[in-house]
Amino acid sequence: MIKRVTFRHKWLPYALLAPQLLITLVFFIWPASQALYQSVLRQDAFGLRTEFIGFENFADLFADPTYLASFHITLVFCLAVASISLGFALMLAVMADRVIKGATTYKTLLIWPYAVAPAIAGVLWYFMFNPSIGINAWILRTVFGYDWNHTLDGGDALLLVIIAAAWKQVSYNFLFFLAGLQAIPRSLIEAAAIDGASPLKRFWTIVFPLLSPTTFFLLVVNVVYAFFDTFGTIHATTNGGPAGATNTLVYKVFNDGFIGLDLGGSAAQSVILMIIVVSLTVVQFRYIERRVEY
Amino acid sequence: MVENRPWLTVISHLVLIVGIAIVVLPLWVALVASTHAGRDLLSAPIPMWFGSHGVDNYRQMLTSGMQHVSGQPLTLMLFNSLVMALTIAIGKIAISLTAAFAICYFRFPLRMTCFWIIFITLMLPVEVRILPTYEVIANVFTPLTRLLELFGFEGDEIVIGGLSIRLDFSMLDSYTGLTLPLIASATATFLFRQFFLTVPDELTEAARIDGAGPMKFFRDILLPLSRTNIAALFVILFIYGWNQYLWPLLITTDPSYVTVVMGIQRMVNVADTEPQWNLVMTAAVLAMLPPVLVVIGMQRLFVKGLVETEK
Repeated sequence: MIKRVTFRHKWLPYALLAPQLLITLVFFIWPASQALYQSVLRQDAFGLRTEFIGFENFADLFADPTYLASFHITLVFCLAVASISLGFALMLAVMADRVIKGATTYKTLLIWPYAVAPAIAGVLWYFMFNPSIGINAWILRTVFGYDWNHTLDGGDALLLVIIAAAWKQVSYNFLFFLAGLQAIPRSLIEAAAIDGASPLKRFWTIVFPLLSPTTFFLLVVNVVYAFFDTFGTIHATTNGGPAGATNTLVYKVFNDGFIGLDLGGSAAQSVILMIIVVSLTVVQFRYIERRVEY
Repeated sequence: MVENRPWLTVISHLVLIVGIAIVVLPLWVALVASTHAGRDLLSAPIPMWFGSHGVDNYRQMLTSGMQHVSGQPLTLMLFNSLVMALTIAIGKIAISLTAAFAICYFRFPLRMTCFWIIFITLMLPVEVRILPTYEVIANVFTPLTRLLELFGFEGDEIVIGGLSIRLDFSMLDSYTGLTLPLIASATATFLFRQFFLTVPDELTEAARIDGAGPMKFFRDILLPLSRTNIAALFVILFIYGWNQYLWPLLITTDPSYVTVVMGIQRMVNVADTEPQWNLVMTAAVLAMLPPVLVVIGMQRLFVKGLVETEK
């Protein structure tokens, strides 16, 4: 926690911490406390009077079908993004772990999407699925006879943002899976091979269980990513629509607060989001630091 | 390679190639579309090989931008993004280095309190405190005035001597507003703290015996030792800063502060008409290029930074 050998100085440590603390207090702690405070208040339409109403904002939220729908959409979205990008990345990592020729080239070609902004990832896939000219929409129409239209069909729109968000996260998961795979002792796999276990059996009985700490860690990271970092993906493409089909919690809090200017309701939503982040962070620190035992 | 199974190796390569094709396809489509004229992209199927309008598209976007959507040239947006990415990366590293140094190398009252205050920022992403943060940016002295009012003072003015100072300073539409609030970083502070804890105590003792004060030790011993960590972190933070979206969207209304990642959204969400896809894709390619080049060019540092920030 602290070095054995330390320096002695009256004010220097405070001066060194001051910039970080000042920014934290002004731009993080203060706004968060304001959100907590406003979540129990109601302001009238002209912003003239505010009154204390306790947990009424929260009760209103959970009685509001659009909020519950948004919760539902967010869950589906997070789970879909995490499973698609984890599954795809694991498959590629297992293959990349096997090959010797060209391994570096494969790796380079797979990691660059990490650097693409979520909003740009959204725009790229939006273009590919564009109902009238997009290449993917065209293939779906001519080959499979499916009329893709994410501007009208809520399911299509949700799938579009899921694909765009999962695509960007593949490189991250790939890198961590590859590192996890390379840390598995070769002797275990060789022993199983001598006993006659096929590659598929070796994967499911040895590699996959040994990889579980990495998988669990990545699962949490992916859920956090899908929850909070995909605002740009949605805002730049579907705008929460059509008819709220891609209205995730983070998009909704932006829309209700910043566009709709509903102070109390938006603050209550912020508080719920805070509770979600705090619990995710606790999971991350409590269970991942120790790593899942095998 | 545990055993020789040639067909399995072939399958591995095939899966990888197909996988990479899926991953690279969006980039390919964007690159191709950015070299075509608008009229080539009006009906499906659109061409999958490069056209001849590339130079025109890129020149138009870089010099004048898209006219009907506030038409800022992309050079300006790219510059804004660069300022934002560099300031955030350098700022985060600078204040995290000093904070970690203070926490590791000094014993002082409230040390743990400071540590936990920094830790809490991990749990407060912009997304959960949009409106109140906006209020603070609109007037940075809001917290101070509210506190003064709480103690019964006139809130928005302070008088020192004969001088009265109005406590009203807006950071909306400014580079300070774009960058300063994002500079606090728990992750970077933890990373440097973790690293400082591995630096041998003998170095500190030797420096102290030689009469070096804390700042001299920090500058001449700690900083050079942290060089690789700083570089790795810089790569990650540069990408983080470049790709910011919600923050610039909230606090800039003046088109001359638009960053490129956020500017593209205005080109796509045009009312009642199809976006000019060839130009949108030109902008997308330009917006992706700098961070992607950083990742590919500094691959080793990037991987190191990625692994270490997640500890």
